[in-house]
Amino acid sequence: MTSMVMDKGPRLYRRSIAILLACLLTACGVCVGQNAMAAIDEPEARALLEALDTNDFQAKGEAAQAIAESSAEQKTRWLQALLDGRLGKQRRGENFYIVTDDSGREWPIIDAITFEDAGTGSRRTLDIFRINNNLRGQLQGLIASLTLSDGDEASRLAAAQRLVGEVDAASVDSVRANRDQEESPTVRHQLDVALALYAVEQGDAEALETLRGNLDTRVRNTLADIAAGDSALAARAQSVLDGIESKRAWYDRAQTLFFGLSAGSILVLAAIGLAITFGVMGVINMAHGELIMIGAYTTWLIQQALPGQPGLALLLSIPGGFLVAAAFGVVIERTVIRFLKGRPLETLLATFGLSLILQQLVRTLFSPLNRRVTSPDWLQGAWQINEALSLTLNRLGVLIFCLAVFAALWALMRYTRLGLEVRAVTQNRAMARAMGVRATRVDMLTFGLGAGVAGLAGVALSQLTNVGPNLGQGYIVDSFLVVVFGGVGNLWGTLVAGMSLGVINQILQPWVGAVLAKILVLIGVILFIQKRPQGIFAPKGRVS
Amino acid sequence: MKADSPTKEALNKSASGMRRKAHGAQKTRHNMGLGESSSTAQRSDSPAQPFKQCFPKAKSLMSIPTGADRSRQAFLSRSTLITSVVLVIGMAAVVILNALPASSPLHVSAATVALLGKYFTYMLLALAVDLIWGYLGILSLGHGAFFALGGYAMGLYLTAQNAPLQGWQAPLEFFPVAALAIVLTPGLLALVFGWLAFRSRVTGVYFSIITQALTFALMLAFNRNEMGMGGSTGLTRFYELLGFSLASDGMTVALFIASGVAVLLAFWLCRMITVSRLGRVCVATRDAEARVRFLGYRVDHVKLALFVVSAMIAGIAGALYVPQVGIINPSTFAPLFSIEVVVWVALGGRATLYGALLGALVVNYLKTLLTGAVPDAWLFILGGLFVLVTMALPQGIAGLLAQRRRRREVSA
Repeated sequence: MTSMVMDKGPRLYRRSIAILLACLLTACGVCVGQNAMAAIDEPEARALLEALDTNDFQAKGEAAQAIAESSAEQKTRWLQALLDGRLGKQRRGENFYIVTDDSGREWPIIDAITFEDAGTGSRRTLDIFRINNNLRGQLQGLIASLTLSDGDEASRLAAAQRLVGEVDAASVDSVRANRDQEESPTVRHQLDVALALYAVEQGDAEALETLRGNLDTRVRNTLADIAAGDSALAARAQSVLDGIESKRAWYDRAQTLFFGLSAGSILVLAAIGLAITFGVMGVINMAHGELIMIGAYTTWLIQQALPGQPGLALLLSIPGGFLVAAAFGVVIERTVIRFLKGRPLETLLATFGLSLILQQLVRTLFSPLNRRVTSPDWLQGAWQINEALSLTLNRLGVLIFCLAVFAALWALMRYTRLGLEVRAVTQNRAMARAMGVRATRVDMLTFGLGAGVAGLAGVALSQLTNVGPNLGQGYIVDSFLVVVFGGVGNLWGTLVAGMSLGVINQILQPWVGAVLAKILVLIGVILFIQKRPQGIFAPKGRVS
Repeated sequence: MKADSPTKEALNKSASGMRRKAHGAQKTRHNMGLGESSSTAQRSDSPAQPFKQCFPKAKSLMSIPTGADRSRQAFLSRSTLITSVVLVIGMAAVVILNALPASSPLHVSAATVALLGKYFTYMLLALAVDLIWGYLGILSLGHGAFFALGGYAMGLYLTAQNAPLQGWQAPLEFFPVAALAIVLTPGLLALVFGWLAFRSRVTGVYFSIITQALTFALMLAFNRNEMGMGGSTGLTRFYELLGFSLASDGMTVALFIASGVAVLLAFWLCRMITVSRLGRVCVATRDAEARVRFLGYRVDHVKLALFVVSAMIAGIAGALYVPQVGIINPSTFAPLFSIEVVVWVALGGRATLYGALLGALVVNYLKTLLTGAVPDAWLFILGGLFVLVTMALPQGIAGLLAQRRRRREVSA
């Protein structure tokens, strides 16, 4: 205890109670539940907080330690607030407050001791207790060990994870006691890791084995430090570190693959509608990107109509986006493309004109600004598989959605009447007509189908990026390349081409940067088309 | 090229192509969607007899006859004469009106002269596109790339007048080097790209798409600061050209005249090419590529030659554009600009060189007029133009003019 406490006379008494309690707690291994703790009265609480009001970070740390060791019910919340920089003292007064929301100029505050609403405060009326990095680490450790002694399994696990690298001579006994008390094997393992890391830092070679294959960054950093040093452990630490590095490398590759596949799935979604209209019908639709944009705007509109229910809105916009884009597609086919049959270059120009008109239409109707589509809860966040591998849920969702759309489309082409007629018209238009297939109707439906799938791509894209008038423009060149790369008129080729382009792009990115990776992929595809103009999968037999 | 051996090679090549086609239709994939006409044309190419008996010895293209040929179009047709005269008179008129005192109601301000000079460079670019699209059927959606490359070469030269350039760009400080770069950079790119594309017989929409990918890739590349081309801001702040200040009115007029003369020369060059035997082979290639190949012509060489010439014209257009506009940035590489050029040509009329000039002038004048008055409506109008021209005016304005003249001749 420092001189600081000594010269603040009245507090000494309470302070010693705290120390007494702390000794008591350490003796019985901090296993005391909250219920067993006697709540402390207001002056005591005030005294604990008062100790934080100092500019000396060392003293502040000791005060935090005292809070953690006290029996105050509010202590976890205090420490958390201190860590978040939200605990403060009234500038001209004796009250302590916790800021609940520090985003604006006037902050809503609550009383730190009673947790009752205390109106608002601001930078001028409150002195927020500041902390430094050392203190931050210490606070995290304190909160972790507090949570470890009570709380449910999830919060215990989180606390145990925070403890890694934070265990020190003072807390090692209590952590060890916690570990012995722990019932959940996962939490216990995490505590083992925390303890082992501490043991390794102290020079224990056996503890290294516990760390073998651990992916935690803090473990890796500590081991790297040890391996770089010249202690007796250096060689063994290096071998463990190598194991960790190679394991991490594998997970990194898996991560890259996932990102590549998710980027590829967007390409596939954007290109698959094109694969139908371009590949099957031979129509170059430069307005394809704008049909994607229309799908995305439909999602946004449905979400505007159903505020507060992003999940329902998203589910509704799947058929909604499809139908709206398909309707646009049918109109385009009936009014323009029908008259340009057999003149692909003219079709290209006319549909390009349509794409300009559609873009400007959206700009005039809505605004040139980007719109944000909120993702539902079940598409937010990430699926953390382990320290090195986490999959973003919205990207995972798009990947699954892409595969579902592909499967549906493939089944449609393979098993339905429409699919049969489409294939018949593609192979031999005159013969199909002679057999009673209404070719013009098939053209219209095929184009509508391709446009609808573009709309679905827009629904998926709205979950990843903002929705704006230029949304589709960026995808048109890529989509055409995917279709040509995969082999025109070949749905499987489109899938493989899109996915592989996505993965290749993602693999190149860390080496050469995003833009150059894209350029390299473009050039690669251009060269590939030179060499193998029929795409990855050449159609079998006579297709003309 | 020697007379005999390449021809044989070409024949063999096309014969093997035929064989492949009979087995699995490999190369026809490029032509997919080219429509009934071309596929029937190809089918009718299958000869019943062996080739060499069927066709006489094919002539080498390198020996373009200069003598009088009854079946050939004359170089100086009515339209060429009118266009040349209009161009010359127009230029002279603008220069004279500009020289009038500013108080005169007929005075043409320097700003207008600069604007007209810009139109001239656009007309040059349209001419380049028309040469290959109109006469060869190659729709390039990436000609903006050649335009921009020429522009960047000029931009680097102009930048070098302010402060010496570093590294590989240093030689561009000298005008002759820069002038070479203006022509050779686009030409070389077109040579490599065209050689790759034409030898593997990438045609039709496939070619269009990969040219678009090319200009898109270049746009991304020039946006990078590492290129040393000013990143997304591009090159700007030009003060001097050949020792003369760019801000002076005299320079504006000089650049206007240079652009006009360039248009006139390029127009005559294109006219010469299109009325020569080479030009006739081009048109034949456009209409029935396989047949021309079977006749023993190296279609890929013909295409490559015209593609390179066209790219060089585009590069010169870009080089003239930059000092008049004062900036060159990666947006010139944007696919939209390249496609816009195509619509100028389509509106003016394909395969009539004067149509391209007319189209570029009309669309760009409309653009200047409308983006100022109703900025929101411009994209509607441009988009509408695309649809209108392809659906209602496949021959463009030139087609309309020709139709009217024919009707007048019939009634007369």
